[in-house]
Amino acid sequence: MSEAVMVSTKVNGDVVEFACPTDEVLLDSLRDRVGVTGVKEGCGTGDCGACSITLDGQLVCACLVLGVEAGGREIGTVEGLVEDGQLHPLQEKFIEHAALQCGICTPGFLVAAKALLDNNPKPSETEIRYALAGNLCRCTGYDKIVRAVQAAAKDMRKSSSRSKKR
Amino acid sequence: MAHDNSYTGQKFEVVGNRFIRPDGVDKVTGKARYGADASAPGQLVGLVLRSPHAHATIKKIDASKAEKLPGVKAIITAEDLPDLTGGDRGMADILENCMARGRALYDGHAVAAVAAVDAQTARQALKLIKVSYKKLPHVTDVDKAMKPNAPVIHDWIITGGVDPKPAKPSNIANRTQMGHGDVETGFAEADVIIERSYKTEQTHQGYIEPHACLASVNPDGTAELWVTTQGPFTYRTVCATLLGLDIAKLKVTSSEIGGGFGGKTHVWTEPVALALSRKANRPVKLVMTRDEVFRASGPTASTSIDIKIGATKKGVITAATLELRYQGGAFPGIWAMLACMTGFACYDIKNQRSVGWDVIVNRPKVAAYRAPSAPMAAYAVESTMDIVAQEIGMDAVDFRLKNVAKEGAQAPYGPLYGPIGIEAALKAVKKHPQMRAKLKKNQGRGIACGFWFNIGGQTCVDLNVGTDGTVSLAVGTVDVGGARSSLGMIAAEELGISYDEVKVHVADTASLGHNDTTEGSRGTFSSGMAAIFAARDAIEVLKGRAAKMLDVPVDAIVWENGQAKAVGKQHGNLPKLSLKEIAAKSPNTGGPIAGHNEVVADGAGMGFACHICDVEVDPETGLTKILRYTVVQDAGKAIHPDYVEGQFQGAAAQGIGWALNEEYVYGDDGRLQNPGFLDYRIPVCSDLPFIDTKILEIPNPNHPYGIRGVGETSIVPPLGAIGNAIADATGVRMNHVPMSPIRVLEALDQAATLEDQVSAG
Repeated sequence: MSEAVMVSTKVNGDVVEFACPTDEVLLDSLRDRVGVTGVKEGCGTGDCGACSITLDGQLVCACLVLGVEAGGREIGTVEGLVEDGQLHPLQEKFIEHAALQCGICTPGFLVAAKALLDNNPKPSETEIRYALAGNLCRCTGYDKIVRAVQAAAKDMRKSSSRSKKR
Repeated sequence: MAHDNSYTGQKFEVVGNRFIRPDGVDKVTGKARYGADASAPGQLVGLVLRSPHAHATIKKIDASKAEKLPGVKAIITAEDLPDLTGGDRGMADILENCMARGRALYDGHAVAAVAAVDAQTARQALKLIKVSYKKLPHVTDVDKAMKPNAPVIHDWIITGGVDPKPAKPSNIANRTQMGHGDVETGFAEADVIIERSYKTEQTHQGYIEPHACLASVNPDGTAELWVTTQGPFTYRTVCATLLGLDIAKLKVTSSEIGGGFGGKTHVWTEPVALALSRKANRPVKLVMTRDEVFRASGPTASTSIDIKIGATKKGVITAATLELRYQGGAFPGIWAMLACMTGFACYDIKNQRSVGWDVIVNRPKVAAYRAPSAPMAAYAVESTMDIVAQEIGMDAVDFRLKNVAKEGAQAPYGPLYGPIGIEAALKAVKKHPQMRAKLKKNQGRGIACGFWFNIGGQTCVDLNVGTDGTVSLAVGTVDVGGARSSLGMIAAEELGISYDEVKVHVADTASLGHNDTTEGSRGTFSSGMAAIFAARDAIEVLKGRAAKMLDVPVDAIVWENGQAKAVGKQHGNLPKLSLKEIAAKSPNTGGPIAGHNEVVADGAGMGFACHICDVEVDPETGLTKILRYTVVQDAGKAIHPDYVEGQFQGAAAQGIGWALNEEYVYGDDGRLQNPGFLDYRIPVCSDLPFIDTKILEIPNPNHPYGIRGVGETSIVPPLGAIGNAIADATGVRMNHVPMSPIRVLEALDQAATLEDQVSAG
């Protein structure tokens, strides 16, 4: 058994600590030690995006990061998208637009789409398609996912312009 | 088109709307629990050791070192799974596929498994298990496996369906023949006869969630299995048989399922997890890696197909034949037989014959993949239909319409069709604006048709009315694409209440009678039928309670718009009672109100589709880009149009991936070269355009609401539609799927060389 190291990190704003074997990927730490099972494993090789998370704001695959690398960083997962009990506009639009079927890829898509909209509030269809090209969905053909992201972006722009006016 | 109109006139209040799905919030917040998301006290981690060889005798398995590793709680081999199948060949094949019995039959075949306290220990233990193999000759190609000099994989396989019975074993498990009329006479009447051969490579369902389960077996013979599956009841039967458990003592709970597409209709590691748990007497969680999913779970068949179509100058097909060679992996399959049944199903061909050969090779055991076997046969048929049309100078749509199957036509497998939608689909395609969109240089357009039977099968539901008037519906089909919404809508429609007042649950095997696996696009069709009957059953109870409350005879009560109403002169002034009011009084009027139904849902309506595809082919790279794509398909009745569209789009996307990229690549050593999503490339978001859909509603007369299954049919046309579009764009006919850049480039180069030779000559 490999050596374990104590890791102290923040997950969705909460401080968590766990003993982490040095060869364990962050995906396993998050799922098995922290208990955020919304982070999914589809491939373990960084090809499917189901384990998309943000690490200090940067979009990464949790299966390509070691658990010990998370020390002192801030992690964002799908579980952190709900704010003040309210669904994020992306979450609402995914449901409204039937942008999920089986739903296993949905957490990764939401985290990746949020990372896109945080940087680019008004992406074109092509920009959305390329920004989400690292996330595999086998159910939808992506049609309704792209439409949901477009609708969420529109909503978020409206509410941000409203809050600016205030 | 003549069909039973009894349900077309039905006015729906709830059905046909686009409601929010009941599992939506759980799935967007990460709360939904899939196969790998469950835990049990004291659980161990299970891992499987797999053969690195395509075909090898297992001389010895030495687990002594692994057993001594601290933290290892159980190691099993085939010895821990004794054969209890009692001569059931199919069951014995499943058992052998779960764990090799003296011989590894393909790269990835399980040979041993371990359960340990954590993943690190389990991984280390796998490395300590020493297996001595003696390599055997192997064959992975379907055509090569049929040759007389091919290594024979099973000495017990004597080709079925052949007279006289062969004396010697071979890799040909079975021959199937279907059709009608006299093809020789038919070809003699033809003005044009086209013969072609095609190959398609093996693809995987590619569900994003790997197989995963949590198994727990107790010494008293009771057991539980939490698992990602399309068929918890089937898994229960199979696992109970293989492990020697009583069916009623094994409770199987289907988790949320992260995609299945047919691949989760078969057990893979579940019996292994149960055997590990039995040996360790602790719960065992076993999750496949993606590598294992590709190497050792349900791909579809690779195929080799010959086709011959004869037609008159006026465009009437006089005869057609198909010769279909499908490999089922290391065990006998039914895949060529299914191809025989579906190949010519879209057309009314008086003289037709389809011959199928089910072949065994050293590859993983083939599983169903969305309309299994149909896309490959349709690729051959639809490509050749275009060639014939071109030869006689007819438009591709008109040629198909001239020969289209209508009500009363004979299906390739015998029966006469009822009302079907392929003519309507072709007519809708003809009128579709995409057919008039301008094409530029290197661009082309193709259309293709597709068919899938759809099935019904054993179904059982429970409907319970709460004292507040809300309703829970327990179903035994798994929700693979939004069925909980559709089924809730159906129950609400029937009871006359709102969609919000119904909650649909997928029940475990201890809570409901047997339900067949959710396959064959049967979920909404069959559980929908049972939900209607269960609601009607509950309505009878509600009427009885209302009669008590109003003190009138029960035959004076009618149910209208969610209310009980007393009819007849003497009762006219009595108040109407809502479901809510009756439910509130139920504790005092006879107790709980429930409806129940068990049914073998017969009469699944056949599904037909026609697709339009526009492509651009880059002559420098051979890359094909999908520019526009339209799916037209008959749904019978679309209960929830969003999820019907979702099925059309998802199926089309899988077909597009199959047509252009996806393939299993085997090396000369018989090992799979690309068991990962990097090298087995499924379509990504930037590969596809929006996929336009048109839902046709030609009611299925065998269903109270006219429903047909919608899940599978639309994976059938894309291979042909894209092949036809590439031919239109380049003038080159592709005869090998996937039509990947390298194959297209080769075909373009060959055509150019041929052209040079012709002009030089």
